[in-house]
Amino acid sequence: MTLPIPLRLDDVVLTYPDGDRTLTALDHVDLDVARGEFTAVVGPSGSGKSSLLAVAAMLLTPGSGRVTVAGHDVSGAPQAVRTRIRRDHVGVVFQQSNLLASLTALEQLVVMAHIAGASPRAAAVRARELLVAVDMADKEHKRPHQLSGGERQRVNIARALMNRPEVLLVDEPTSALDHERGTRIVSLLADLTRENGLATVMVTHDLATLPLVDRVLTMADAKLSGELSEDGRRTNTDLLAAPMGVGE
Amino acid sequence: MFVALRDLRFAKGRFALMGAVVLLITLLVTMLSGLTAGLARENISAITELPADRIVFTTSGDSKPSFSDSRVTDTMWREWQRVPGVSTAERLGITMGRVASGERGTSAAVFGVENVRDGEVVLSSGLAEELDGKLDGNPGGKHTTVRILGRDFTVSATAGSASYSHAPVAWISIGDWQRTAGQDAVATVIALRTSGNPDLSGADARLGTTTVARDDAPAAIGSYSSENGSLQLMRGFLFAISALVIGAFFTVWTIQRRADVAVLKALGASTGYLLRDALAQAVVVLLLGAGIGGALGAGAGALAGNTVPFVLSAATTAVPVVVMILLGAAGAALAIRKITSVDPLTALGASR
Repeated sequence: MTLPIPLRLDDVVLTYPDGDRTLTALDHVDLDVARGEFTAVVGPSGSGKSSLLAVAAMLLTPGSGRVTVAGHDVSGAPQAVRTRIRRDHVGVVFQQSNLLASLTALEQLVVMAHIAGASPRAAAVRARELLVAVDMADKEHKRPHQLSGGERQRVNIARALMNRPEVLLVDEPTSALDHERGTRIVSLLADLTRENGLATVMVTHDLATLPLVDRVLTMADAKLSGELSEDGRRTNTDLLAAPMGVGE
Repeated sequence: MFVALRDLRFAKGRFALMGAVVLLITLLVTMLSGLTAGLARENISAITELPADRIVFTTSGDSKPSFSDSRVTDTMWREWQRVPGVSTAERLGITMGRVASGERGTSAAVFGVENVRDGEVVLSSGLAEELDGKLDGNPGGKHTTVRILGRDFTVSATAGSASYSHAPVAWISIGDWQRTAGQDAVATVIALRTSGNPDLSGADARLGTTTVARDDAPAAIGSYSSENGSLQLMRGFLFAISALVIGAFFTVWTIQRRADVAVLKALGASTGYLLRDALAQAVVVLLLGAGIGGALGAGAGALAGNTVPFVLSAATTAVPVVVMILLGAAGAALAIRKITSVDPLTALGASR
């Protein structure tokens, strides 16, 4: 049996009303991300990167086209269904870590299981495993204000993996970190993507981390582009080959 | 309740402040409820404890029944005795007057009733205590004679703790009442015991009277209506204030939590989950605040019960607590509905 592509966008168009005119945020975008594949989307501000992520996370519904997540066509799905699919199949790593101030590092993860109605005991075991995976085992009782930016981002990543998602959507994970910490975070994401067979899409400005990903796509003027490779998929090989340390 | 309980623990100062407000309002409402019931008891118990199910008043025009204005004639009384379905129709005369024993005297409600012998008086325990404190229903005791409205009566017993219009009660015979009160009426009202389904409105129309249920008769005591109405209004305002205060607190709290709510929604929490979580948080604060406030109110009422009229019962303690919780939860529910409008998209970096 062939497992479905975890994330697929077919001819997606997303527009916003902007006064008297209409802004196009995604212009006939096609994207598919395979299991274990780490895809980066780069582009200038306002190019549509965040809109792409929001559509993939089912937080925005496109005007046309089809969005398939974990085999579910969610294009016209009601909000409750999209919320459930996001909860069960999608992990989101936010730009700011967005940790809840009242929860410890461990609880930031356990709450995900609580939202999904899972057993608290099993959730605690899973949460501790993930904190070990992101090298935060000794900080499980710390609250966000007691953690550094990099540590918060590690908890943010672990939280996204809590419900064993198939799709991992990552929004500018290094924007609040220095170069060294940013590289470590992206390296961690790359490892987790491969170890867990995730279909990961990372929106980033940070070109220095691109050699760590499998594929790079460019977003410009609401269009997603890349050179067509041998397997019929698009990528930007020049960016992929950019030496570490080059970029913003 | 996962996030709710941890928020409570994390922001304990803010929630303690809110809980203290709920506690104080509940304490006030509980004490006011006990006092209202106590004052009402002192106002109406002689009426509500009557062995009757209907009270007949005379009224003129569209006026409401009033104990102070009602005057029953002999004809009315005899006609009411003949109404089918009326088992007994007893005359009841009510006059406020001075009751004295030796040099000690006090104001009392003098009730003329049919089951006391001429020349004798039955004193309520409150009146007996005010006069001497040693009568205790002993007709051969130290004070066998009391003076009521200038006439001497022999104390035959003390019975019950009834009071009327905040005064203790002395029961004398209806004949003595007619002579002592100096009124041309045979009674103030008629106390009916009925069976079946008598045509009371037909009899009222024919005889020019107004019949009300015994438990509705206190409204005909002028001081009761105004006093009880004012106290109930205060109680109502306190309930409304508590709902508004709790609603205001949770409105601000929900606004402060909008970013967290957006994150939880973006992570897959349903709106229903978040609403339940937030409402549970409010209910915990209300349960603790109102529970402790109600318990303190009951304790204070029990201590004050010897010096002020205070009724300690489920109706004056548990009911205000439950009403506080329900109204507070309603106020909180209105406040936290803002959760439904939080857009999870705001959790993504581009929009924050």
